Amino acid sequence: MRAQLKGDVVEVKVLMSHPMETGRRKDDFDRLVPAHFVQLLTATLNGKPVLEAQWGNGISKNPYLTFRLRGAKVGDIVAVTWHDNHGATATQDIAVTQA
Amino acid sequence: MQRRDFLLGMAALIALLPARVFAALWNKAAFESVRLNDASRHLDIDAEIPSADIQIIAPDRAENGAIVQVEVKSSIVNTEAIAIFVEKNPTPLIANFIFSNGAEPYVVTRIKMAETSDIKIVVKAGDRYFTNAKNVVVLENGCG
Repeated sequence: MRAQLKGDVVEVKVLMSHPMETGRRKDDFDRLVPAHFVQLLTATLNGKPVLEAQWGNGISKNPYLTFRLRGAKVGDIVAVTWHDNHGATATQDIAVTQA
Repeated sequence: MQRRDFLLGMAALIALLPARVFAALWNKAAFESVRLNDASRHLDIDAEIPSADIQIIAPDRAENGAIVQVEVKSSIVNTEAIAIFVEKNPTPLIANFIFSNGAEPYVVTRIKMAETSDIKIVVKAGDRYFTNAKNVVVLENGCG
């Protein structure tokens, strides 16, 4: 995860580790692999919500995301949390740095 | 009730809570729709206005449909949300991004494409909906 101030905009890049199974793929034994994917992602800036993303199973494995925030400064904290269809969740956070 | 059982019970309850809260938020009907029109309807999208103010950057040809990078930028005033659809995927709705508190109407992500299709973007601005599309030729199915 990275959050860099470029001009007056902070660009946040996030890479998540997740299988993002559609539920349509078959394993080596021809059995369907159950759907397992991130459904909701939220981002906050200093605890205030800035982005809510609802996802289906069409986001690629190990999801990648870039978004941009206006009005953020160096040292501010950007946090990203995801929730998947199995009820698992993970959070990453990082302080904004100068590009 | 034993104190330990009570604590275990509380822990289990807390662990269950977020999943249930977020399951309520997730638009199941829209994401499970197999037709683009139905997915749009479940997102309450109507009367889409074609707009060149939605910029879509995606490859003309994708070798592998499992990873197609798409960049979307809206120059439409008061953009609140960007929805990404792949018309010919088994379930066309890929994602819906909702922006607030200074987030720019801009997103880059990587999506799966089952076959050659339009990537369709719908932008919500107030109670109006705008749309644009970009065709991507897919050489290898990425929805396995």
